[in-house]
Amino acid sequence: MADTDIWITGIGLVSSAGEGRAAHLAALESTAPAALDDTTYTPFPIHPSPTLELDRQIPKKGDQRQMEPWQRLGTYTAGLAIDDANARGLVGDMDLIVAAGGGERDVALDDAVLSALAPLPPAEAAVKLNEMLAGGLRPTLFLAQLSNLLAGNISIVHGVTGASRTFMGEDQAGADAVRIAAARVAEGNSPIALAGGAYSAPRWDMLMLYNNASLLRRGPWAAVFSREDAPGAITGTLGGFVVMETAAHARARGAQGLAKLNAVASAQARRTAEDTGHEAMAQAFARIAPRLGEGVLPVLSGCTGAAIPTVLEREVLGALTRPLAVRATGSRFGWGVEATFPANIALAALCLSEGVFPASMEKLEARYEQAPRDILVTGFAAWRGEAMAHLSAIPAGEQP
Amino acid sequence: MSAYRDHAGRPIVAVTGIGLVTPLGVGVEDNWSALRAGRSGIRRITRFPIAHLRTTIAGTVDLPNEDTGAMCSSERVTRYATLAAEEALATAGLPRGAFPGPLMLGMPPVETEWPDRFRLAAKIAPTPPLYPALTEAATGLESLYRVAAFASVGEKLAERFGTRGAPIALSTACATGASAIQLGVEAIRRGEAEAALAIGADGTVQAEALIRFSLLSALSTRNDDPAKAARPFEKTRDGFVMSEGAACLVLESLEHATARGAKVLGILRGCGEKSDSFHRTRSNPDGGAVIKAMRNAIADAGLEPGAIDYVNAHGTGTPENDKMETLGMRAVFGDAAPPISSNKSMIGHTLSAAGAIEAAFSLLALRDQVLPPTINHEEPDPAITLDVVPNVARDAKVTNVLSNSFGFGGQNVCLVISGAPA
Repeated sequence: MADTDIWITGIGLVSSAGEGRAAHLAALESTAPAALDDTTYTPFPIHPSPTLELDRQIPKKGDQRQMEPWQRLGTYTAGLAIDDANARGLVGDMDLIVAAGGGERDVALDDAVLSALAPLPPAEAAVKLNEMLAGGLRPTLFLAQLSNLLAGNISIVHGVTGASRTFMGEDQAGADAVRIAAARVAEGNSPIALAGGAYSAPRWDMLMLYNNASLLRRGPWAAVFSREDAPGAITGTLGGFVVMETAAHARARGAQGLAKLNAVASAQARRTAEDTGHEAMAQAFARIAPRLGEGVLPVLSGCTGAAIPTVLEREVLGALTRPLAVRATGSRFGWGVEATFPANIALAALCLSEGVFPASMEKLEARYEQAPRDILVTGFAAWRGEAMAHLSAIPAGEQP
Repeated sequence: MSAYRDHAGRPIVAVTGIGLVTPLGVGVEDNWSALRAGRSGIRRITRFPIAHLRTTIAGTVDLPNEDTGAMCSSERVTRYATLAAEEALATAGLPRGAFPGPLMLGMPPVETEWPDRFRLAAKIAPTPPLYPALTEAATGLESLYRVAAFASVGEKLAERFGTRGAPIALSTACATGASAIQLGVEAIRRGEAEAALAIGADGTVQAEALIRFSLLSALSTRNDDPAKAARPFEKTRDGFVMSEGAACLVLESLEHATARGAKVLGILRGCGEKSDSFHRTRSNPDGGAVIKAMRNAIADAGLEPGAIDYVNAHGTGTPENDKMETLGMRAVFGDAAPPISSNKSMIGHTLSAAGAIEAAFSLLALRDQVLPPTINHEEPDPAITLDVVPNVARDAKVTNVLSNSFGFGGQNVCLVISGAPA
């Protein structure tokens, strides 16, 4: 019971299962995946976006118009986390670390430009490209595309004006956003921090990118550890933000904690024969292990289903030589890229707070029906980056 | 021990290596001599056609025997960052493949660009080049992923320079380079690492990016005489000039640097930031966040405003920025504002690289006790009452420099950089 423990005092979650705590508790209890769209982006199934009443978190229509779906989703989810932490009064000095991808391209314009110019000789096409882009790009679209403008919109809409950083780097950026935010709070650089990310799945521009690296599953839905027939991720709309503060800070304002965030570790292996990625995560676990109780260890896995990291994660977890109950959140919500790790931290905090653990969805996911005391969160990124976090339940006596 | 700790008991962070790539040249000495001489690196764009463009000038990096125009943005970012890091590591006397700390990489968002789109379209012709067909045609083309994924630049640099842990790639718009340095300073102060490789790099001078800035009316359209277009703090300024480049700083705890006998080039003494909730592209007219960021950096350095001898400006040359920066200067320093000058008058606005490049120039100002000028200062703006070191470099006693960086999205980051301890 240390005053300097990092508590998670608020979570914001949006997925194809809906928004907020109740919708996600229900989704974790269910053994079916959240909503799936397997026709619009054939051959890639996606978990689509839920309908959001944007006015509830982004009251000004003018603000909504300045954003595209990705920034709206992130801004909305960040607001849910601030409300969940009852921290509206603390936003002036709140740190903000966002894991961001790129904003939406104007897909219709891209299609029109390429269709018109691809048949032309390159020199002529380059000149016409200037003309079509200068006439066709909406001025405000640039701001909706800029990665750091998700943080900018969170500042504008919710008034979060402490330190503001935007990390870029797909899944790994989400892990480092949580890691650095927690480190700054622990160090006393910031009284309270908001960290997270968002990913909007119905996007051809992003599907094209991830398909370039063969990261996507083709064909019907299958649970994450049961995709040997066609390894790959099924992308899912996901927003995940957490509010963190020290135990002392939370108690002083009478805020209940959902869970303690005890450790976040990240690494980046080359994933070659010389640098497989096993060692750094084994070391990270070795630092966490002394704090864990006996028995089956519950794990919320960020496994994407992509071929290489799925094998890597199974090997790393298998080498821990203790019984595990693993749940791949991607089976329910899909791969939310930058949002995956922060969302899994939020889901782990929710589980610890409610004394629940997700139902098993496949054979590899061992039964676990107790109230978890510890949860290990993993983040083996689809392309590069490995991360691990340890959260634990807050005993009732430590709450304010 | 206390010689290695700052006023707040934290490890003092030293700079032991600097690397620079800008339109003025490759390498610290070429850049610094051009900057001291007041030379402009802004030119007519030749990298892509300029027909139909409102702005036809930019700062572009030319490399001997390499066609930077044939590269996509992320390849340029990688190349410039690599050159800057190699120079910085050589200066610091550190081996290239085993850096004793993390990589903090400030870079722009990257994506698949038009030349690759056209290549894919050609590959599937006469099938209409719509997204589903292009996506299918690009299946497994890992080379495209390796230039368009955000993690890819950091991955390559981390591998080349052997930095430790997961590299962090970050963006705070036009404050990015300063944020990268700040993250490195924080990691050393926390004791996470003895050293950090901080890089700010940009290479986005390509048609679509230029058009995007142009549509926001952010760019100078003074196309007739490129070298005269960037006019920070001057009455007839009409926007910034897009540019590119990179800077790398080797940051180390002073104790680590001293123990290995490294030459200390300066001290990264303070970092301050404050975000603004006013508007996506404009500061709150009260200047609150800009003022707070400057004050936070000076306080973090354990100094009073009076101890700042020179300010390396954000100084973009947009009517708005320079007015706000003046307001901030007066609020922080009162009547006794120190001289302020803008490197962007010569190299243009290097965007994600700017904060790091300007920190590097600040260190060189400290080294040589000279203030680089703000060129193109022909008609003073009566609303800007600051000493902007007009047109000609000036010898001056410089102990502490404040370097300002302000970006879209309300991002304000300031650094205080000081000379090496005697």
